[in-house]
Amino acid sequence: MNMATSVSNTGERRSQQNTRPACNTTSFQKKSRSKLVSIPGTRPSVQNGQLIVSTGVTSLDYVIGGGLAVGTLLLVEEDKYDSYSRMLLKYFLAEGVVCGHHVFLGSARDPPEEIMQDLPAPILDDIASDAVNMGQVTACDSEDQGSMKIAWRYQNLPKVQTALASSSRFGHYYDASKTMARELREAVKCSTFFLPHELPAQTHAEPSPISEAYRLLLHSIQELIQREGFDGTAPQQKSRNILRIGLHSLGSPLWADDICCEEKPTQASSLTSFLYGLRALLRSSLCTCMVTVPSHLIQNRAIMDRVTRLCDTAIALESFRGSERETNPLYKDYHGLLHVKQTPHLNCLVCEAPDTKDLAFKLKRKQFSIERLHLPPDLSDTVSRLSKADVAESARLLSSACGGLATSNKHLDF
Amino acid sequence: MSGYLGSLLGFSTEKIEKGDFILLSDRNADASFLINHFLSLYLRAGCKVCFLGLVQSFSHYSAVALRLGVNLVQAREQGQLVFLEGLKDSVSQLLQQGPNSEACPMGFLRGSQTDLRSLFRFVQRSVGGAGEWSPSILLVDDMSVLLSLGVSVGAILDFSHYCRTTVCHQLQGNMVMLVRVGEEEDDEEGPELLLKALTHQCSLALSVQGLPTGYCRDIHGQVEVRWKERGAGPGGALTQKKLLQYKVHDKGVSFFARGTSSAVL
Repeated sequence: MNMATSVSNTGERRSQQNTRPACNTTSFQKKSRSKLVSIPGTRPSVQNGQLIVSTGVTSLDYVIGGGLAVGTLLLVEEDKYDSYSRMLLKYFLAEGVVCGHHVFLGSARDPPEEIMQDLPAPILDDIASDAVNMGQVTACDSEDQGSMKIAWRYQNLPKVQTALASSSRFGHYYDASKTMARELREAVKCSTFFLPHELPAQTHAEPSPISEAYRLLLHSIQELIQREGFDGTAPQQKSRNILRIGLHSLGSPLWADDICCEEKPTQASSLTSFLYGLRALLRSSLCTCMVTVPSHLIQNRAIMDRVTRLCDTAIALESFRGSERETNPLYKDYHGLLHVKQTPHLNCLVCEAPDTKDLAFKLKRKQFSIERLHLPPDLSDTVSRLSKADVAESARLLSSACGGLATSNKHLDF
Repeated sequence: MSGYLGSLLGFSTEKIEKGDFILLSDRNADASFLINHFLSLYLRAGCKVCFLGLVQSFSHYSAVALRLGVNLVQAREQGQLVFLEGLKDSVSQLLQQGPNSEACPMGFLRGSQTDLRSLFRFVQRSVGGAGEWSPSILLVDDMSVLLSLGVSVGAILDFSHYCRTTVCHQLQGNMVMLVRVGEEEDDEEGPELLLKALTHQCSLALSVQGLPTGYCRDIHGQVEVRWKERGAGPGGALTQKKLLQYKVHDKGVSFFARGTSSAVL
C-alpha cells in the first residue's frame, strides 16, 4: 500500500479543501512533498484519503465505501447461475476500458476474448448527468415537510433513501443491451490468461501448497506487473496507470481445483495460498482486482471463511431466479439480494460498514441498481394468516448478525 | 492499554507481567484491533518486540500504530522492533523463485518443508540477545492464516510450543497470538482444534464475537475475557470470566460493560 498512500496524501489535502468539513479528518498529517500525480479514473476517498477506483457500478461503489481501494481485492460470491456476478465482472472491466486502465482477465471456462467482446457500452455523458440531476431534484421536493407532530421521535433521523446515489461523477453508466464498440476496447492494453492454453499436458507435481494452475496464473500476473512497472520498479514513465485484474470463477473445478467437488478436498489450501500471493502482489503495486468464486458449490464452510478473510472486500449475490422467491410478491421489484460479507480495514482500525445490511439489487438496462430492501406495505383487504407468515419469514431473513444471519431467532418476536 | 479493559486486566505500561501467553481469538468478527493495541502497549512500555505480521503490509500496521501514538518505523530503526513482513517474501517462495535457503522465514511456502522450523529460527534470533529493551515479547498476526497456507495443525502447535518455551519460560517474556475461526461446527478440524489447544495453554484469553442479537452500528461486538488466577491453591488454576462490549473508533477502542453503551444510555 506504499504506492497508493503516497499518491493519496497530496490528494487528501486537495479533497479536504473541496469537500464539506464534516468528513472525519484525523489530526495526523503526513508531510509529503511528492508531486501531484493524478491517475485517470481514480480519486482519493473522502473517508480516509486512500486512492480508489470505481467498480463500474456506482451503487456498488457506495455500498463498499466509495469505491474499490487500489491495492485491495474484491471478492464476489457468485449467484447460482453466474449471471449477475458475470455482469459485475463485465462492468468492472468496462470501467477499466473507459478510464484507460490496463486490463487483465483470467478465466478457465470462457475464452477471455469472448468476455471482452461482450462488455456493456458506456452511456454518453449528457444522458447520465440528466439521470443524476433528476434524482437530486426529486429528493429536494419532499424536503419541505413540517415538523412532525405525532411521530416526533423520528424527526431527527435521516430520511430513508432507497436509491443509493453517489454525489460525485466518479464512475460511469453502462447500457447493458449494447456491447462496447471495438475501437474503444482496442484502445486500451488488455492481457489475458486462459487456463486451457497455459496448462501443460503433463504437470510434474512438486509438493507445494499451491496448485500448478494457480501458480501459473500468479506467475503471469507477477510478470505483467514487473514488465509494465506497476510496482514502481521500472524507470519513471511519463504517466502511471492502474492495472485492473478480473478473475472469473476461481475455485471452480475448471481451475483444476477440487474444493467445489469434495467436502474434504486434497488441495484445500491451494486457492487460499494463491489469494495470499495475490494479496502480496496487490499491496505492493498499483493494481486492483475483482475475483468471482462459486461459493454455493464449496461445501466446506471453513474454506469459504478462509477465502473471505484473505480478501479485503467481500460481497455475495443471491439471485431469486429459480427459487420460490421469484414469484413471491414481496420481492417483485428486485432480482436478488446482495450481502456485504466483509469490508476492509485500510490503514486504520475501523472499517466502513454500510448503513444497512438489507440490500437488494436489480439489473436495469442502464444501471445495476442496489437498493435498501424494504417490504411493500400490506395493502391486502383481508389480513390473512398466510400473508402474516410470509412477512414474518422475510423479516427473519432480513435481520442479520455482524457476520451473517442471526442464529437465534428467539430474540426476534415480530 | 488504557480504560476499562486495562484496569480490569491490570495492564499498564509501568508493570508488565512476565511469562504470560495471551490468546486473542475471534469468531465471525475482527480482533485485529486488539493485536494493534498490544503492539503499541508493549512498545510504549519499552519491551523488545518481535512481530510476525503475516496478513498485512508493514505500512498498514505503521499507519494504525501512528493513530495509537507509536512510531513503528522509528522503533524498527532503533532495534526495539523486529518486524517480519510475511507478504513480502511470499510470492517468490510460492513460485519457487530464488535460491532455496533455509534461512528464509517464509520458507514453508515452498512445500519442501512441512513444518515451521525456519520461522521459529527467525523468532529465536529476534527475541534473543540481551539489550536495553526487556522483556522480550512475541506477537503473531495471525496463526490461522498458516492453516490457509497448507501448514498442518500439528506443525502450528509445535511452533507455538517451541515459541512459548523460548519466550515465556526461558526469557520470561510474553507471547500474544491471534487465531481466527468461523462458525462453530462440530466436525471442523483445523481452526477449532487449533483454538482449543491454544486456549488450553494460555493464561489469558480474549475472544471477540459479534453481538448475539444482531448487527448494530454503535456496538461492534463483545469481548469475553478469561484469565487464570495466579497463585491459586492446590485445587488448580481458577478461571475467571468477564464479558464486555466494545466499539472501535478511529483512534482507539472503547470497552464498556454490557448495556452501558453511550448509544443506549
